[in-house]
Amino acid sequence: MAKRIDVSGLNAYYGSFLAIEDISMTVEPRSVTAFIGPSGCGKSTFLRTLNRMHEVTPGGRVDGKVMLDDENLYGPGIDPVAVRREVGMVFQRPNPFPTMSVYDNVAAGLRLNGRYKKSEMDDVVEKSLKGANLWNEVKDRLNKPGSGLSGGQQQRLCIARAIAVEPNVLLMDEPCSALDPISTLAIEDLIGELKERFTIVIVTHNMQQAARVSDRTAFFNLAAVGQPGKLIEIDETERIFSNPSVQATEDYISGRFG
Amino acid sequence: MSNASLTDQRPPSSLRGATLPKWFAWAVAAGAVLLGLGISFAAGLDSSIQWALIAAVLFVAGSYGISAKVEGRRQAKDRTATSLVWVAFLLAIIPLASLIWTTVKRGVKVLDGYFLTHSMGYVRDTEPGGGIYHAILGTLEQVGIATVIAVPIGVLTAIYLVEYGRGKLAKAVTFFVDVMTGIPSIVAGLFILSLWILILDMGYSGFAGSMALAILMIPVVVRSTEEMLKLVPNELREASLALGVPKWRTIIKVVLPTSIGGITTGIMLAIARIAGETAPVLLLVWVTNLINANPFKDPQASLPMYIYLQFINSGGQGAAYDRAWAAALTLIAFIMILNLVARGIARWKAPKTGR
Repeated sequence: MAKRIDVSGLNAYYGSFLAIEDISMTVEPRSVTAFIGPSGCGKSTFLRTLNRMHEVTPGGRVDGKVMLDDENLYGPGIDPVAVRREVGMVFQRPNPFPTMSVYDNVAAGLRLNGRYKKSEMDDVVEKSLKGANLWNEVKDRLNKPGSGLSGGQQQRLCIARAIAVEPNVLLMDEPCSALDPISTLAIEDLIGELKERFTIVIVTHNMQQAARVSDRTAFFNLAAVGQPGKLIEIDETERIFSNPSVQATEDYISGRFG
Repeated sequence: MSNASLTDQRPPSSLRGATLPKWFAWAVAAGAVLLGLGISFAAGLDSSIQWALIAAVLFVAGSYGISAKVEGRRQAKDRTATSLVWVAFLLAIIPLASLIWTTVKRGVKVLDGYFLTHSMGYVRDTEPGGGIYHAILGTLEQVGIATVIAVPIGVLTAIYLVEYGRGKLAKAVTFFVDVMTGIPSIVAGLFILSLWILILDMGYSGFAGSMALAILMIPVVVRSTEEMLKLVPNELREASLALGVPKWRTIIKVVLPTSIGGITTGIMLAIARIAGETAPVLLLVWVTNLINANPFKDPQASLPMYIYLQFINSGGQGAAYDRAWAAALTLIAFIMILNLVARGIARWKAPKTGR
């Protein structure tokens, strides 16, 4: 199920602007890897290169290698659509499809990709909603619009939608930044459960959250505005937060920067 | 005040000022209308436009003056702005209401089941009787064919521009759509006339008219669809793409359903715009008093042409004159029903927010 990601020498551009430069790292399977760093340092851009969503942005361009187990996502003949089925994504703001019901939202990934039997679909929807800890809250309103749920429920609905297609990797781009502390806690608990089955990468601005949920943490930084973002270091979360090997990481984590 | 208690002696609150009662604006309006009527009566003016203008000026000036005295200048300016908006609103409503009133009053005389289901075949213009069945049929067929041609082209062009278009081709398409928006309808008619009837040597037909109407309709559909597609949040496209859904399927299953209400409204408005076109119909379809259900051969009738001919032949009174107004009422009703249908669809298809 879960796969290892091995990135080497990755550059990402917006037009001619180099946004992130020369990133190499390994993301372990069945673990949570957190990306931290100041705004604009390229965390989200890097995350989006991992499922080829970066090139959806006009002018977005990538060179380098991203190995998913033993296949290069940027190799010749790779279909970005197939990549995105393997590497799912949850966005910063909850974005359920407004025209669809709760049920249809979860079923969307499968339904939009092909035909399924009704009974199979029912099973997948129930399993995914249970996986996202949302089943008990919505089981009586599966046919109501997904946009009628609360913000935290919507975000868990988006997670259910993402895991319904059974990806190998789940990317989360600041999934809790638009949520209240209780919903945040629910999602953090969920991440802890999901890492049994998926490889999870999470971008967060909340360092306590990184410390709480992740096994490994990567710190990104940029020299100045207009300069490309770089990976400063990646290590076990405990080490990053107690005894990082680079001074810049310690400055950022302890609030001494700028 | 001699019996004012001590508590009334404290300095007046700076947050509270004198305010005029809520009925003030209505009172001033009523006063202005009465005064306007009085002045025009005294001066011997008999046009209703004159006393209405006097009343409007009195209303704006009066509410400013009184309010400035009582409430202060800032509130007075606020009231002036509000009353100007109201006056502008009334000015905009008057022609519309008067047009509908006149059409209904003159149109209902002969508008009945017989009128809607019979043609003008063998009925002379001066005689009563006859109907607009042939014209309704012609208009429905011509507008229907124009819609069938224009909507796919227009919607697909808009999808190209919003979802795929980059670089020179997209810019060129946008430019030509803008140019097409400004084409006068007679020019579109002349274009099809020279191409279809003069060069290809085809005869008058409803289809020729439909092509000219489609030319007029396409840019309107492109523009409105484009705006609606741009309103779909990018996050929804990304959410769908990130699920591994191909782009074309994302467009069909996510982008279009989200914006279908607005797109339908735009299409209905475009239909309403071409349903009343006369110039291309005059050049390409010509006219007949008989029922011609085949839009691909021989002249057809249409509502705008019918109204024009009946009115021209009536000399301002008699059976033909009544028929012209009844046909005009039918055309207005047709367009109004289209608009209501569009609103219904827009409401039915709008993204649901209920719990």
